Amino acid sequence: MSTPILSVRDLVVEFPTRRGTLRALDKVSFDIAEGEVLGMVGESGAGKSLTGAAIIGLLEPPGRVAGGEILLRGERIDNLPPEKMRRIRGRRIGMVFQDPLTSLNPLYTVAEQLIETIRTHIDLSEKDARKRAVALLDRVGIPAAARRIDDYPHHFSGGMRQRVVIALALAAEPELVIADEPTTALDVSVQAQIIDVLKEICAERGASVMLITHDMGVIAETADRVAVLYAGRLAEIGPVRDVIQRAEHPYTVGLMGSIPTLTQTADRLTQIPGSMPRLNAIPQGCAFNPRCTRVFDRCKVDRPELIARAGGRQMACWLYDAAVQGEAENV
Amino acid sequence: MSDVLLSVEGLTRRFDVSKPWLNRVIEREERQFLTANADVSFEIRKGETFALVGESGSGKSTIAKMIVGLLEPSAGTIRFDGQVMDFASGAAMRALRRRFQMIFQDPFASLNPRWRVGDIIAEPIHTFGLLTGAAVRQEVGRLLELVGLSASDAAKFPHEFSGGQRQRIAIARALSSRPEFIVCDEPTSALDVSVQAQILNLMRDLQDEFGLTYLLISHDLSVVRHMSNRIGVLYLGRLVEIADAKRLFVEPQHPYTRMLLDAVPDLALSGRRRTPVTGEIPNPINPPPGCAFHPRCPHVMDICRQIVPAQTTTASGQAACHLLTQDDHRRTREPVA
Ligand SMILES: Nc1ncnc2c1ncn2[C@@H]1O[C@H](COP(=O)(O)OP(=O)(O)OP(=O)(O)O)[C@@H](O)[C@H]1O
Ligand SMILES: Nc1ncnc2c1ncn2[C@@H]1O[C@H](COP(=O)(O)OP(=O)(O)O)[C@@H](O)[C@H]1O
Ligand code: SF4
Ligand code: SF4
Ligand SMILES: [Mg+2]
Ligand SMILES: [Mg+2]
Repeated sequence: MSTPILSVRDLVVEFPTRRGTLRALDKVSFDIAEGEVLGMVGESGAGKSLTGAAIIGLLEPPGRVAGGEILLRGERIDNLPPEKMRRIRGRRIGMVFQDPLTSLNPLYTVAEQLIETIRTHIDLSEKDARKRAVALLDRVGIPAAARRIDDYPHHFSGGMRQRVVIALALAAEPELVIADEPTTALDVSVQAQIIDVLKEICAERGASVMLITHDMGVIAETADRVAVLYAGRLAEIGPVRDVIQRAEHPYTVGLMGSIPTLTQTADRLTQIPGSMPRLNAIPQGCAFNPRCTRVFDRCKVDRPELIARAGGRQMACWLYDAAVQGEAENV
Repeated sequence: MSDVLLSVEGLTRRFDVSKPWLNRVIEREERQFLTANADVSFEIRKGETFALVGESGSGKSTIAKMIVGLLEPSAGTIRFDGQVMDFASGAAMRALRRRFQMIFQDPFASLNPRWRVGDIIAEPIHTFGLLTGAAVRQEVGRLLELVGLSASDAAKFPHEFSGGQRQRIAIARALSSRPEFIVCDEPTSALDVSVQAQILNLMRDLQDEFGLTYLLISHDLSVVRHMSNRIGVLYLGRLVEIADAKRLFVEPQHPYTRMLLDAVPDLALSGRRRTPVTGEIPNPINPPPGCAFHPRCPHVMDICRQIVPAQTTTASGQAACHLLTQDDHRRTREPVA
């Protein structure tokens, strides 16, 4: 097997506070293969954005990587000096955030920002960089790109702005694009367009994608594999089709059942009681145990590790640990 | 019809979005108006859930606010239980207001942070003079338990609760005046899916128990399909289609409904065929003439650019599209790039 584009190993992110240290990510591990789209889902506060921020070295202090490592094509990037990390961002890892305006500078035209990004990372003349910028804008679906490129960000609609951000993220031909809720702020009819553009253009250029979203539907249509985060830990990771249609981890099962769909016929939605714990109150053992319908003694004591299952799936749940199968009554 | 609880006819609301007078004079600009709702008509029957869907800015909340009396219509009438809502008469509005309540999207903003939960829930009881003394406290406790919280939560403040619990408090407050009709404006949009499921299930249970009628507003087609009997689809302030909830998704009549449907990611991985969605919602201050959807419509015809299509009856409800009234539309239809 070839080296993954990205490898995250036992990543721990902590926030020191006056009342003790909060552990927001607790030993998160996953890989993203070349050309792969990995979806990262979870409810709000699960740690999706922090995972993305840790990878690109933009954790807001006092947040810090307190353990584990992050490797880009086999080389550690979590311990690089800020200057080196800055060069990796934009060049090797592109970023798309929920609010397009966080990535765009309102004081500069789109042309200025695109050309600057291209020329920082790639040795091109001003003229060639501009040509490339226009081609990119055209590719992401900005009509009359050659003319619109000299407009300022506020001249564009929300959806068009997000297209510009995608162009900007891909301007230096990165190997990996991290997109954090790229369509959450957009209208329903615009979301689908943006996801399509993002997916196509990354596939075309061979960029891998880490797509962070709370929307299972978006993941279902876009990702190859999906990682389910719960309270800062991975609950399950595997091929999208398996996880969605044959969810096994009790949390994923509950999550899938709670989403109304356009085809379901049931009158009531599956309900997971309670809500995700706060960081200062993560239960001992399995973080999901107070809400789990299949909880047994072991779950309240020991934390389940990710266990490899058939078909490239991994699951953190004692129910699927062969060694303790006898303990659970309702397996 | 006697089983109609709420009916809305020709409801229109304009907002004056002109610049200040001096700027207008200097820049030689005319007054500008934004039409948030134009000529909206629908009926809601007793005990049903009627939903309004539409993208941001389509005028959903404006309709909700007019119905609960927070905003005066520019034109049109609202009838509740046969009685025309008279915005000029304070007494008449007050009498009606007890009978309907509203739940908002943001359960934090809609609850006064300095009040205890018990006082928040009791407010409508006091306003309408429904109970006094110890009975109020008892009623608050009962309502809290009804929505899945505990009577002792009355002494706490809103910030001590999670988003989903705060929405439960908002529901308890809405129920405290014993209304027949509740307008729910994006009640779960700010919540996680697992919490959304809890609230949607709760809303259903309460409807069954008290025979409530809901107007549910949402931009989420799946939520709307799950919860409602009938659905109205809004585009740029106008209703483009009203249909039976289950049928709307099987046989959408209006091209915009079809487009919205095609934009919903397919969680079932059914391989459902979808046409790519194009374009964005135009500026509501200067909406396109004729059918406002025409710049995005794959079936646009000449007439669409000139004449606003009227509502026509369809098999599943009604829709406003020239395609439905032109017999030979297949020949006159122009392909759109
Ligand atoms: N007080 C106001 N003054 C001026 N314009 C307004 C006002 N309230 C609403 N509008 C405009 O009216 C239109 C409809 O707004 P409304 O809030 O009803 O939309 P909505 O469908 O509820 O959207 P959302 O999904 O974003 O909540 C929008 O273009 C909005 O900008
Ligand atoms: N600056 C911070 N200080 C303390 N806690 C934080 C900070 N940023 C994020 N967190 C916490 O870390 C957890 C994960 O956050 P985040 O990654 O933003 O979640 P998601 O993107 O999945 O919604 C949450 O509990 C959040 O409250
Ligand atoms: S480990 Fe136990 S509590 Fe956790 S999900 Fe599995 S069965 Fe439930
Ligand atoms: S009236 Fe014309 S433009 Fe409007 S939806 Fe129908 S066919 Fe399309
Ligand atoms: Mg986030
Ligand atoms: Mg609204």
